[in-house]
Amino acid sequence: MNNKYDVIVVGGGPAGLAAASEAAKNSGVRVALIERDAFLGGILNQCIHTGFGLHHYKEELTGTEYAHRGIMSIEASSVDVYLEAMVMSIDEGHTVTLISQTLGYVKLWGGAIILAMGCRERARGSVIIPGTRPSGIFTAGTAQRYVNIEGDQVGKRVFILGSGDIGLIMARRMTLEGAQVLGVAELMPFSSGLTRNIVQCLEDFDIPLFLSHTVVKIEGETRLEQITIAKVDADYRPISGTEKTFACDTLLLSVGLIPENELSRQMALEMHALTRGPVINNLMQTSMPSVFACGNVAQVHDLVDHVSEEAERAGKHTAIFSKTVVPMLEKAITVETDDAFGMVSPQKLVRFDFENQPLQTAALRLRVKKPYTSAWLVIKSGDVQLMRLRKNHLTPGEMVHIAVDLNAMPLESETIKVYLEV
Amino acid sequence: MFDWVIIGAGVSGALIAQRLSAYPLKLLIIEKENDVACGATKANSALIHAGYDAPFDSLRGRLNAEGNAMYDDLAELLKFPFKRIGSLVLGVGAEDYTALTKLYENGLKLNIPGLKILDQSRIHQMEPNIDPSFEYALYAPTAGITEPWEVAIAACEYAMDQGAKLLLNTEVTEIVKIGEHFIINGAIETKGIINAAGVHADDIYRLIDGEISFAISPRRGEYFLLDKEAGGLVNHILFTCPTYKGKGTIIAPTAHGNIIIGPNSEKVEKDYVNTTFEGLHDVKQNALKMVPNCPLHLNIANFSGVRAEPSTGDFIIEESRIPGFINVAGIKSPGLSAAPAIAKMVESIVSDIHSRRGTALGPMIQTPISRRARLHFSELSEAEKIKAIAQDAKHAHIVCRCEQVTEAEIIDAIHRNAGARTLNGVKRRVRPGAGRCQGGFCGPKVVAILARELGIHRNEVEQERKGSFVLSGGVQDE
Ligand SMILES: Cc1cc2nc3c(=O)[nH]c(=O)nc-3n(C[C@H](O)[C@H](O)[C@H](O)COP(=O)(O)OP(=O)(O)OC[C@H]3O[C@@H](n4cnc5c(N)ncnc54)[C@H](O)[C@@H]3O)c2cc1C
Ligand SMILES: Cc1cc2nc3c(=O)[nH]c(=O)nc-3n(C[C@H](O)[C@H](O)[C@H](O)COP(=O)(O)OP(=O)(O)OC[C@H]3O[C@@H](n4cnc5c(N)ncnc54)[C@H](O)[C@@H]3O)c2cc1C
Repeated sequence: MNNKYDVIVVGGGPAGLAAASEAAKNSGVRVALIERDAFLGGILNQCIHTGFGLHHYKEELTGTEYAHRGIMSIEASSVDVYLEAMVMSIDEGHTVTLISQTLGYVKLWGGAIILAMGCRERARGSVIIPGTRPSGIFTAGTAQRYVNIEGDQVGKRVFILGSGDIGLIMARRMTLEGAQVLGVAELMPFSSGLTRNIVQCLEDFDIPLFLSHTVVKIEGETRLEQITIAKVDADYRPISGTEKTFACDTLLLSVGLIPENELSRQMALEMHALTRGPVINNLMQTSMPSVFACGNVAQVHDLVDHVSEEAERAGKHTAIFSKTVVPMLEKAITVETDDAFGMVSPQKLVRFDFENQPLQTAALRLRVKKPYTSAWLVIKSGDVQLMRLRKNHLTPGEMVHIAVDLNAMPLESETIKVYLEV
Repeated sequence: MFDWVIIGAGVSGALIAQRLSAYPLKLLIIEKENDVACGATKANSALIHAGYDAPFDSLRGRLNAEGNAMYDDLAELLKFPFKRIGSLVLGVGAEDYTALTKLYENGLKLNIPGLKILDQSRIHQMEPNIDPSFEYALYAPTAGITEPWEVAIAACEYAMDQGAKLLLNTEVTEIVKIGEHFIINGAIETKGIINAAGVHADDIYRLIDGEISFAISPRRGEYFLLDKEAGGLVNHILFTCPTYKGKGTIIAPTAHGNIIIGPNSEKVEKDYVNTTFEGLHDVKQNALKMVPNCPLHLNIANFSGVRAEPSTGDFIIEESRIPGFINVAGIKSPGLSAAPAIAKMVESIVSDIHSRRGTALGPMIQTPISRRARLHFSELSEAEKIKAIAQDAKHAHIVCRCEQVTEAEIIDAIHRNAGARTLNGVKRRVRPGAGRCQGGFCGPKVVAILARELGIHRNEVEQERKGSFVLSGGVQDE
């Protein structure tokens, strides 16, 4: 077995699929794709609803159909696929140790590595809900897996905490499965989900959304029996006297996603406080030059189309990197944001690619912390204004995409900062 | 006919069974829950206290000191994790200094090794994250940390390997004495009973003696458990002075590198193991007073346990007025630390009873030098991992990503004596679901493995207590 690759991609979800097939388009670039599950496709395998591919394929597909297209292009490529293989560690940015159910303990060497491990759901502990610890409390994605992949029934009377997309999708899914969904409580005064999901998954089924509410009590000795919600004040503290109880056997938590960063941490990559993934530049390169990252492991996306787009970019640049002898010496520009933003990606900008070709623009993605009907996005370097853009309908559930003109960056600037002016 | 029936499979009952299993006796452990270690033993601070705290002239004081010293050998015999990391009782001001000195002197009377009162510069060197105001600390190098449920699980397994029987899902509700013998629940006959039923020890004793002279009142303690990312926050077990506001809250590393914070102390109903806003808030405030930068946002789980507070104030370990009936009651803190010494004390009470009856307890049977250690794949070296996979290909299936647990580890945990029967039972033994995602990823996989290995339908798999089904399908629907 030849264990030496130019590019090794960790994770076979949409990010890994797009990155691997793009990298393999470069002749002479040997690519490995490693997935711990028995199938490629990642989280999309449990997304049997539509809403995928409108940007990337200009068609409305289900998650599984979207994944299928990526899998087909991998099958048509020269990429070596390792399934049921968990990557345990990556050393010095090149040596990948994996444990495969068929091959056992394996070490691969890669000229460059692409991290595409996706993200995980925040669990009950991260929101602190007092009460007992009965069965019947699931994160929404885990419930989705039980229902859509294992064919199980998870509950009959359901309440949902958190109005993230997975929670909204599951509100509809559980209703269609014959369960009664009693309501969705959201701590913030607005939902963090996509508007279309609020309409299609809650309003169309008359499922009430309780904004500025949280679950304050869980009861049940064995299986969940009852939950209590209450309205919260401006500091998110429950207001006594506003409690409502719901008899239910199931509570789904849709309280946020966090990049899967075990491997990133273990490699001591520089991590970003807002994305909670590794710091990356516009070539999708992390603080360790031979390591790249794309998809939900770098930043939680709301649309898979954007995942594929950035993953293709990662695949392209990584392939070039793996064949380039001289490493890039250019100093990167740091992207900062003011308090209005909860996320920015990438956090570093370079002006030249690995073949020393100038880049014209860079795609910048931002997420606001709360909704605005209209605002100005302003990019400055020190006091110098570089860009000013009007944006309508900004919401935390939908990322803002802007193309930054790299030629407009003053050569001497080390940081640029994005401001929101209302 | 059994020689001895032990009621309650907590750490007390389990270690008593383990000790008695070295004799040619017919032993039975009866437990009302569907697994061992489901009472106070599964939800406590997990500390093996050095032993300076409980009064030197109390049973608690004596057995804590003695029990602590027994832990190294016991951990070797039963193969559970145990580390002596030392503890610090932090103090500020003259009043605290007096309190620390009192603890120190009490400890000296119990011969607790290595006690020292350390000065400000030393304690901040040892614990850089504590509040700068702390001026001194009582240091006890012999304090340790363990996995309390694993102590009890290992002891049960060991006793069962020697022939002891375990009866789960059986609540003792009736005890009748007929002549020299007892009949439990109308069916189980035994010559003697050891009552180690935790918070219910008084209820059990009341079944046979209407004039019971003690009562157990439960006190709940609530906790936070932080992600391993918080590991290194503290290096020792941190207490505050008994005089200090927020007394009783500790911050300590766990045997697996997480950080445990708690408990508070609240009078509750028996078995009231819930958490509350107020309780968790108090614990949080206390923790921040000790370690101001304590990263509570890294919380992965909250839980609570109920202490068995005896009306007498001390452990009750004696043959009762009813001959052949031994009470092991009011085993509040430091019950875990004292447990090996409690078991030894019960062994000698049992021995006295046998002598009195003219049926000597000994001689001891040949027992294994240790319990078969669990193979924790994630702790193996590269060469050992390769070997483990060669021996059992199921080690190449990593079921839990957070704690890197293999399918082979889970199967072994199910098929040992006193094996896992539930999702949480598997989690306590080999840790899938004990990590930061709390089973979000591995839950469905462990459900499938449990169903397959136990030969039950997926819908019958329970999370924790009897009836706590993970899925809601019902078996009949299929
Ligand atoms: C419920 C839900 C609804 C959604 N709805 C929509 C929608 O309507 N429209 C839309 O466009 N997008 C939607 N999305 C978003 C989209 O599916 C995700 O953004 C996308 O799947 C992320 O791709 P990824 O490849 O980064 O991560 P994933 O799809 O999570 O893939 C990561 C892969 O890496 C593997 N992996 C992780 N660690 C390792 C390791 N150590 N070794 C080997 N393999 C590893 C995992 O098994 C997984 O297969 C939804 C997502 C969810 C969860
Ligand atoms: C919050 C808290 C923190 C603590 N911290 C520490 C510490 O750090 N260090 C320390 O040394 N000690 C500590 N302790 C004390 C220690 O946990 C207990 O002393 C110890 O676990 C008691 O074990 P046990 O076997 O006596 O009781 P339990 O573990 O409660 O076991 C009793 C068993 O009896 C069973 N049972 C009850 N009734 C019946 C019935 N009718 N029929 C059959 N079975 C029955 C129960 O189900 C249970 O399994 C703490 C306790 C608490 C609650």
